[in-house]
Parts: sequence; C-alpha cells; structure tokens
Amino acid sequence: MKLTLKIWRQENANAKGKMVTYPIDGIEDDMSFLEMLDVLNEELIAKGDDPVEFDHDCREGICGACSLQINGEPHGPDRLVTTCQLHMRKFKDGDTIVIEPFRATAFPVIKDLIVDRSSFDRIQHAGGYISVNTSGNTIDANSIPVNKHDADDSFAAATCIGCGACVAACKNASAMLFTSAKVSQYALLPQGQVEAVERVENMVRQMDLEGFGNCTNTGACEIECPKGISLENIARMNREYLSATAKG
Amino acid sequence: MGIISSSIARKVAMALSGLFLVLFLGQHFTINLTSTFSPETFNEFSHFMGTNFLVQAILQPVLIFGVIFHFVMGFILEARNRSARKVSYVSYKGNTNSSWVSRNMIYTGIVVLAFLGLHFYDFWFPEIAYKYIEANPSDATRYYGELVEKFHSPVRTGLYVLSFVFLALHLYHGFASSFQSVGFNNKYARGLKKFAKVYAIVIPAGFIFIALFHHFNH
Repeated sequence: MKLTLKIWRQENANAKGKMVTYPIDGIEDDMSFLEMLDVLNEELIAKGDDPVEFDHDCREGICGACSLQINGEPHGPDRLVTTCQLHMRKFKDGDTIVIEPFRATAFPVIKDLIVDRSSFDRIQHAGGYISVNTSGNTIDANSIPVNKHDADDSFAAATCIGCGACVAACKNASAMLFTSAKVSQYALLPQGQVEAVERVENMVRQMDLEGFGNCTNTGACEIECPKGISLENIARMNREYLSATAKG
Repeated sequence: MGIISSSIARKVAMALSGLFLVLFLGQHFTINLTSTFSPETFNEFSHFMGTNFLVQAILQPVLIFGVIFHFVMGFILEARNRSARKVSYVSYKGNTNSSWVSRNMIYTGIVVLAFLGLHFYDFWFPEIAYKYIEANPSDATRYYGELVEKFHSPVRTGLYVLSFVFLALHLYHGFASSFQSVGFNNKYARGLKKFAKVYAIVIPAGFIFIALFHHFNH
C-alpha cells in the first residue's frame, strides 16, 4: 500500500508547528496504524531526520496512551477502537492521511503529535477516589450489596481509559464525558456516596480551571469514545452537581 | 451569580432560559393561530395580553430578561468554547459524529436574534409607543388589522419565513438538549426528547403557515 501522510511537526511546546508531507510505501493491510508510523520513523532515522514523536504504550487498546486525530477524527475512522487497534486495512492504496495531535488549550502540544494530558490527572486527583481506612479495618467490598444495574453502569463508566478522544472530538474541547465517567463510577456505588458532594464539586471546578470548553450536547464524544462511554454519565454528573449545589 | 461561574451551572441556566422561551413560543403561537380563523378571538386575546397588568408589568419584563439572558449567555459560552481550542484542526470531520444543527447553535441563534430585532421593530416598539408614549385611547379591535398589514410585503413575509426555518433548526437541537443539560436522561426523557423534536418543527411550521396565510389572503 502506498500512502501520503500529512503530519503535524512541532519542535517543542513553544515552537510554531506546521504540516509536513511524507510519502510512504510498503504498508501492509495487517499493520496497525502505530506500526505504520514505526515504519515511517525507521525511514526517517535511516535518513538522519528526526522521527515523528507520538504517544503509545500497551498497544492493546487498554492503556489510553495513544491518541492522534486521524483524517479529522480522534483515533481515526473506526469505531470503539484506539489508534493502536486501528488497522491499515481501513485505508486504501493511494490515500492521503492527515495526522494531527489532539487539539485543546488544556492539552498543549509537547512535541509533534504528543500532547500533555496531565489536566485529566489533575481532575482525577481533585476527587476521583474514595477515602477508605486500610489499616486493618477494611470492609470486604463484596459484603456491601449493590444493585446489579448500578454495578453495571458503574463498571461501564470505569472502563474510561482517559485517552482524551472526547475532548478531541468535541467542537468545544469539553471534558464533560471524561469527568462524568469518573464521577459516575463512584456516584453509583455506596462506597462513593460518602464523598459525593465534594467529589463532583471539586472535579467540575478543576475541569473548569483547566480551560476545557462547555458541553453543548452534540454527542460527538460518545460516538468517538473508544470505550463507548455513554452521554448518560454527563446527565448523571449534572444531577450530582445540582444536588451538591442544593446541599451547599 | 457564583453558581453561574461553573460550566454545569451555565449549561443549566442556558437550558432553563431556553425552556422558558419555548413555553412562551407555544403560547404566542396559540394566540397567533386564532388570527387565521377568528379575527375577533385574536383581537380579544391580544387586547387581554396588551392591557392586563400582570402580563404587562410582570410577565413581559421577565420574558425580555429571559431573551437577553439566553443570548448573552450564549455568547459567553461561545467565547469560552472558542478559547478552549485556540489552534484549529487542519482536518475536522464534524459530520461523522454530530449533527450540523448541534454544532451551529450560535449561528442559528444569531439569525433568530436578528429576527427578534425585526419583530420588535414591527410590533413591540409600535405597541409600546401607541400605549405608553402617545397614550392613545384603548381600542380592542385594532390588533388584527395591524397584524395583517405587516404581511402585505413579500420581503417581510419572506424574512419571517426564513427566520422561522432557522428557529426550527435552533429548537431541533436546543429543546431536546435542554433535558440532558438539567440532568434528565431516563426512559421518560427519551419520549420527551421525541416530543421536543416534533415541537421544534411543528411550531415554526405553524408560524410560517400564519405568515403565508395573511400574505396570500389579504
């Protein structure tokens, strides 16, 4: 397969970036998208050029490290997959592929296609946890009855890998889907209800401080999410927030 | 105003003000529709709305505040959303994951706002001048004639029709979306959202019918 790649190159966070075109040949259908970039980088290194920097880790679709806006969509044209699980069979010989970093003020570019997603970590630190005394007095979680429906919804919310595709897809660069998944996974369980008020208030405050946009319910985040996190989580977070505000 | 400083509070405020305006729209449509089959009923309703103390002194200012709040908040949200992505994508395929109307509420909203300017110029300012500045004597039969006279012009009628199309586009996303914003998303919400989509088409289509009815019948 012969392709034309148009890739965002940016030396560092302060440098001005630009799109650079790279022709590439010998790409096989069974390669993953990241393997295709590996091939490109081997060629660049062989020529003495700087390789294209991009994030990756597990390459199994579970860690949330890989990102990339591919032909105008986060994680590319496939659904419910991360970039590492996107295969080149989704493209045709002769295609031009535009590859950009996830764009958001709260996700500044570090280099080329790598963006700083630590704003997600700070939202998580603001309340995405439960406080449990682990000094020998821990109650076995299985001894606390949980409604099956709630347990399923909580688990579904907990499958969010924090990749940032929701922010990248949203026209407003809103982080509501991510934050709502993290709020929901605890709000639905008895263990999470003790700190429910502080959690939602602190996580939403941190989300706003990071400079993410406002949700306008376009639904793009849900469609592009590699884990299929539902918009219902955003409605739940809105309820939790209103309830917390009412309780003061 | 502290609560408005959070993104969720702004969403909820936008949704609630929008829902209030949607309610008003339904009431406005009901009264206007009577003009197509009973000028007397239309005059009675209009006279009541134009002279009732509760409507004039309380509901009207609340409505004007609601309109101003909704569009000012819309501009504030748009400004913040634009600042959340200062560098645009070279390639962005919004149509693959969201509807055009959901992504362009600001533009459909601006058209509706411009229409409100025309609508106030046509009806509200003359009405205020007639009653409170010129202090003319009360006339319970003048409303139907004033309405019909406005739709003689094909240009004005065309502008009204076009504006109602944009109003439908704005409501098609906005009305249903407001339930999600206030946290209402369950099996009942799904039915309510379907109703909202129908309302968003039927009410503006009804306003278009009224405008065309008076244009072609007088």
